[in-house]
Amino acid sequence: MSGSVDVFMFVIVILNLAILSSSRLADCIHIVALQGVLVGLLSLVVQDSAITFRLILIAAVAVALKGVIFPRLLFKAIREADVGREVQPIVSYPISTLAGTLFFAVSLWISSRLPIPESRFLHFAIPVTFSSILVGLFIIVTRVKALTQVLGYLVLENGIYAFGVVLLVENPVLVEFGMLLDVFVAVFVMGIIIFHINREFDHIDTHLLSRLEDWRSRRPEGEA
Amino acid sequence: MILLLVAVPFAAGIAVFLVRRKSFSRIMLVSAAAAHTVLFLFFCSYRANGTPLSKWFYLDDLGTLFLGSLSFLFLAAALYGVNYLRRESSVAAEKDRGDDIFANAPEALFVGCMLIFLSAMTLVMVSRHLGVIWIAIEATTLASAPLIYFHRHDRSLEATWKYLLICSVGIALALIGNLFLAIAGSGNVQGYAPLFLDNLLANASTLSAPCLKIAFIFILIGYGTKMGLAPMHTWLPDAHSEAPSVVSAVLSGALLNSAFLGILRVHEVCIASGLGAYSGDLILFFGAISMAIAAVFILSQTDYKRMLAYSSVENMGFIALGTGLGGGAVFGSMLHLVNHSFAKAMLFLVAGNILAVYRTRIVSRVKGALKILPISGILWVCGFLVISGMPPSGIFLSKFIVLRSALASGHPFIVVFSLAVVAVVFIGMSINIFKMAQNGTEEAIAAGDEKGERTLAVLSPLLLLLAVVFLGLYVPPVLENLLEHAARAAGGS
Repeated sequence: MSGSVDVFMFVIVILNLAILSSSRLADCIHIVALQGVLVGLLSLVVQDSAITFRLILIAAVAVALKGVIFPRLLFKAIREADVGREVQPIVSYPISTLAGTLFFAVSLWISSRLPIPESRFLHFAIPVTFSSILVGLFIIVTRVKALTQVLGYLVLENGIYAFGVVLLVENPVLVEFGMLLDVFVAVFVMGIIIFHINREFDHIDTHLLSRLEDWRSRRPEGEA
Repeated sequence: MILLLVAVPFAAGIAVFLVRRKSFSRIMLVSAAAAHTVLFLFFCSYRANGTPLSKWFYLDDLGTLFLGSLSFLFLAAALYGVNYLRRESSVAAEKDRGDDIFANAPEALFVGCMLIFLSAMTLVMVSRHLGVIWIAIEATTLASAPLIYFHRHDRSLEATWKYLLICSVGIALALIGNLFLAIAGSGNVQGYAPLFLDNLLANASTLSAPCLKIAFIFILIGYGTKMGLAPMHTWLPDAHSEAPSVVSAVLSGALLNSAFLGILRVHEVCIASGLGAYSGDLILFFGAISMAIAAVFILSQTDYKRMLAYSSVENMGFIALGTGLGGGAVFGSMLHLVNHSFAKAMLFLVAGNILAVYRTRIVSRVKGALKILPISGILWVCGFLVISGMPPSGIFLSKFIVLRSALASGHPFIVVFSLAVVAVVFIGMSINIFKMAQNGTEEAIAAGDEKGERTLAVLSPLLLLLAVVFLGLYVPPVLENLLEHAARAAGGS
């Protein structure tokens, strides 16, 4: 089993770097969806014991959500909001990719120091999931468009989900579903808000969302 | 059984979504809020005769305290909300005829989200499983985001986006905390159900200390974002100032508390496993930073709703500070939590009345509130005196208790620091509040031709104000008992 976990982890790392280096929004959505499918299937691979109905159910819902529904929602947002095809990073693609590899190195170092019981330490599964979390945060911070921030949130979420899976944290089925439902509603609401942002501003660049702040002494007219 | 408290507002919210009639939504808003309060009182009395234990949901002392303040606060906000919605729809009708500045979201959407928001916050308070608490806290974000975007214009949109993204990321980090908590408990072979709170508390001594420490940091940062602890508070002033006043009142008075409860639950586990000093110090540290940052921003604030929002940051910081100190300070902290809920909600509701007449949130454009809005004007000034801790108010009592026990436990520096912050906040707020209350030139007063104030618009703030003043004079034995038990659970003595 551990061999296939390693393959999964290897692909997830490559996908992280691919998201950081690709300039087309559509590609990024596909990559995140593929990563979501892998993460969803991960729970079937890490188990040493028999695969139960419970595991299959959760994996099926996770794959359907991350691999099918989320990309559809995001593509719908692109179409309706008429989003351009460019990712528009604040940090250039080569530097982003370099940062991605750096995150992986940092995660390796961090996870070697984490107080996690040896039995649960599946090869380099923990550094990989940790670096996904960092990459997600990095995308949220360094990409201009609201849609790419949602993608960053999804990468972050994939990372945390995978982290939970490789640690073999077992939650009751209802709790697992509740968590997935929350993420689904979050992406759904974010999609709606993106649509409104586009209608209000004619594009979805978040650097225009900067009228509310305290540093400027003169503030715009504040009406109800 | 206890799930009725969650189910009733949820069902009412869904019904409002389906029916989509204005009169129906308004009736449902008030009746569901009233039903919530009645159910809460019923379960409270039921609790006294021995708690029926369920593994998933029951009301412990902390939960009862938080739920009580939520329930009464929401009832007051709902009563005010009916009048608010009527005012907004008449304003919207005016706009249809001419200058279209912005539209409002449909009323059914507003009321439906409000009720589901109440249901999610209730779930946080009755749940005994940390995974369910996580789900519920994320659900509060999702239910309240459309509420902030009730007024459809660019600024509220910006506030909504920041709120949604910052809080979702924060809460995602809290999930990492939950996972670490689960590994910390994986040492116990028997009864492997790691995230049940009672299970964790019972096996606290076997938890792995390093894992628990990491878990607490993630939980504190994650839920602390939602609670408005600096430096993760950046969404809070935007969301509170752009949301409709009745929503700001619930956000400030109840939402911040429910996020704090998420932190307290893990703090309880830390205390039980002997790491109380570690987690307490961290809470204290972030509380102190919040107070300091809020004081700086209040001093130069030109927008009165943002000023109230920063005052919330300051007060949540103070509550965290008291909880972190431990000992007798926790009792004061819990009392402060109730007082702050009511006082801040009351101020936001009054701010809504002022906003409706002057149509601006800029302090310098509001003049002579005492003359134009005789009742709201007085409430505004009284509310300020209460929140800044003038003696007959509950805030004075709770701050006094915290600071006295800080002094008794040998933390004179914290006392000096807190008093300095309180003084700065007092100066910053009083300048703005009194500018707004007085100074009305004759023309300005003539321009604002308000035809008297509606009873519903001033009744809720008045009742909340009286409640805070009452708590300053006399804490009923039932409440005192509850506060003592809650404080003991949160590490006090």
